[in-house]
Amino acid sequence: MSKKNIEITVRCLLFLCSIISLMILVGIGYFLFKNGFSAFIENGLGNFIFGKTWNISKNVYGVYPLILGSLFVTTGSIIVSAPIGISVAIFMTDIATSDIKKIIGPCIELMAGIPSIVFGLVGMIFLVPLIRENFSPPGYSLIAAIIVLIVMTMPTIITLSEDSLRSVPRQYKEASYALGATKWQTVWNVTLPAAKSGIIGAVILGMGRAIGEAMAVYMVIGNAFKIPNSLFDPSRTLTSNIVGQIEEAALNSQHMHALFACGIILLIFVFLFNGISFKMRKVV
Amino acid sequence: MKDKLYSKDLSLWYGKKQALKNVDFSFKDKSITAFIGPSGCGKSTYLRCFNRMNDLIATVNIEGEVVYNGIDINGKDADPVEIRKKIGMVFQQPNPLPKSIYENVAYGPKIAGIKKKKTLNDIVEKSLRKAAIWNEVKDELKKSALALSGGQQQRICLARTLAIEPEIILMDEPCSALDPIATAKIEQTMLDLKKDYTIVIVTHNIQQAARISDQTAFMLLGELVEHGTTKEMFEKPINTETSDYINGRYG
Amino acid sequence: MIKPQIAQKISSVLLWTITLLVVSSMLFIIVYTVLHGWRSLNMHFVFGSTITGGLMAPILGTLYLILLTLLFIFPLGVGTAIYLSEYAPENKFTKFTKFALKSLAGIPSIIYGLFGVAFFVVFIGHTCILAGALTMACLSLPYMVTSAEEALIGVPKTWREASYALGATKWETTWKIVIPAALPGIMTGVILCAGRVVAETAPLLATVGFSPFNPVSPLDGARTLALELFYLATEAPSTGGITRQDLITQAMGVAIILFIIIILMNMSVRWIGKKYSNEQYKIGR
Ligand SMILES: Nc1ncnc2c1ncn2[C@@H]1O[C@H](COP(=O)(O)OP(=O)(O)O)[C@@H](O)[C@H]1O
Ligand SMILES: [Mg+2]
Repeated sequence: MSKKNIEITVRCLLFLCSIISLMILVGIGYFLFKNGFSAFIENGLGNFIFGKTWNISKNVYGVYPLILGSLFVTTGSIIVSAPIGISVAIFMTDIATSDIKKIIGPCIELMAGIPSIVFGLVGMIFLVPLIRENFSPPGYSLIAAIIVLIVMTMPTIITLSEDSLRSVPRQYKEASYALGATKWQTVWNVTLPAAKSGIIGAVILGMGRAIGEAMAVYMVIGNAFKIPNSLFDPSRTLTSNIVGQIEEAALNSQHMHALFACGIILLIFVFLFNGISFKMRKVV
Repeated sequence: MKDKLYSKDLSLWYGKKQALKNVDFSFKDKSITAFIGPSGCGKSTYLRCFNRMNDLIATVNIEGEVVYNGIDINGKDADPVEIRKKIGMVFQQPNPLPKSIYENVAYGPKIAGIKKKKTLNDIVEKSLRKAAIWNEVKDELKKSALALSGGQQQRICLARTLAIEPEIILMDEPCSALDPIATAKIEQTMLDLKKDYTIVIVTHNIQQAARISDQTAFMLLGELVEHGTTKEMFEKPINTETSDYINGRYG
Repeated sequence: MIKPQIAQKISSVLLWTITLLVVSSMLFIIVYTVLHGWRSLNMHFVFGSTITGGLMAPILGTLYLILLTLLFIFPLGVGTAIYLSEYAPENKFTKFTKFALKSLAGIPSIIYGLFGVAFFVVFIGHTCILAGALTMACLSLPYMVTSAEEALIGVPKTWREASYALGATKWETTWKIVIPAALPGIMTGVILCAGRVVAETAPLLATVGFSPFNPVSPLDGARTLALELFYLATEAPSTGGITRQDLITQAMGVAIILFIIIILMNMSVRWIGKKYSNEQYKIGR
């Protein structure tokens, strides 16, 4: 083969690769919507989203409690993990010496690498009994899911906030120090405001992670299909609903369609969060 | 015109910004031509037109002709790969490939399809000798070229260019990253090579142009202001801007 | 008003406390797992056949799944990355592809599980390693592309110029100069993707099946270590003599094995990164 032909062949092959990569996204979108839309039609969009029954034998599906469950665990966890995560990020950028960073950095990296199933396991074996015995049975509860998600979203928030704190130009800080400000005053008045939108982006991405997490939540939340009255009530999320039923639902049944529709709603939230986060972090 | 290499009415744009304005110039065979001018005036851009290096920049638009051996090298049937084998280039920053010294020099010939070990060995030795670096590296040809000093790296880059047996060698400020001793070595090499090659050198060092070149051309803001034999240019420049620049009064 | 010096002290103490709290919560998870699981880690459990209560099938299943997944995404991911970084013109299609990959990376893994069921399992006809691997390939493809693309973009432009100037074609330059220089970064991507196969559970729940037999063909059902952990933790003991407590201990044992794998992968990524940057440093770039 002449060099020219090799060039052309290679270019075509590589182009084909990226077409296939693109087709995967298109394929996912297609299958999700093909199956999911049926559920909207079968149940009626309003009834599906605001319905409070999930009855497989009667083929009636409404996901209102699931949406609430997902939003509860997401907001609940982010309210705690955001301030903590940002604090750790500030610690890493402005207080820790390089020796301390060398210890804590890998720890956070490892934390990000722990499989979600392990968080679920420890939550189930340690946290759930703790809540059951000290607060209120059954232990499998909204609060258990929230606590697990607090730990799981932490690495995302820490690393991304750290990135945006680090990208604040050194001159800003030096100017502040030169005016006699303390470290904390500099962080509070200069670094944090300058990194604000990046940090908010990090937190919102953390929300995307939290709402999309399936296994760990499934293992600790109790999966009761109802709107929880308190933090100690068991509940169910869009994701844990899919995990619990994906193995048993028959293909092309209304049941399966309903699960896919849960996926669509979940995806809308995730894209919303990720989109906002992306915009916020790009501003920096 | 029957010169081997010339540009006619050559203009070039980076996006909307014009970097070359109707440059007409013809190169004398087997001699050294120097391009001088303040930085940003378009010397590198002009040089890169001759081996189609500007192809790599997506925003570039070219008008006019660059003719080599009677063929417009920007034309439809001109093959940049073939042109680059005939018109070699040495860059401002020494840019050895992340390979051994031997592999750096053998890279071009191998690409051109030479496989025989013996032939390759001969080419490598001959090229390194021509670039006056054989004695310094002959015992460590397997060593990474990136481990050499800047001056040595630049001579490896020159040897690498010689190995593809070009007719013309383009050099873009080849000494600007080097110390005076290394510079002297490169300059001596260029003078030695002149009898076999047409050499084009871009330099911001006026003394260097005066020392080694036969022809000199002065550029300003994308235009070719003046050119002629080096002697004329330095002794009695016509243009006041040229004389200001040569006498160090420019910007 | 609190004096600045005092505010500085307080904030400092607070940040230290919070950070130590976070780090210790992570250490707690690890220590807790190890304390509860180490007793299960004996030869019989780890390497015994799964029908007799060992982990042989999930270990083999995990390896099988990693290999098969990489078989799909390595050529596809690296090919896409090369196209995007070296060949792609700056047009709508390229922009859209990059956007699509970014979107893929954000999709929660359970959605890939749904997709795998509706497409791969239906297409093949039953759950099996192949269906699981294809599902995991979709999930990890964007990571493979991104790490490879980053590595390719990091290759100095001057090396490409040098190669072109010597008469190399685009593909010769890419193949002989750019790819070798980007290899460490590409390998990092491979390890990252293997790590995802090890760690993910949700996409595999309904795609790989859960056969307790050692997998032989890609069309066999299998389980992975993470899946095994899930079953051990959530299913009631079936055979007599084994209590729920035993199953939990075993699940914790599997978690320890997962930790070890993850730590080894993290270390090799670090090692590659260090070796690579050292080499760059030594040659004075
Ligand atoms: N890749 C590029 N994109 C846009 N503008 C460029 C690019 N390269 C050079 N230029 C511009 O073109 C002009 C000429 O540059 P150059 O040829 O490098 O000048 P010289 O080599 O004489 O210093 C400069 O104004 C420079 O800013
Ligand atoms: Mg220049």
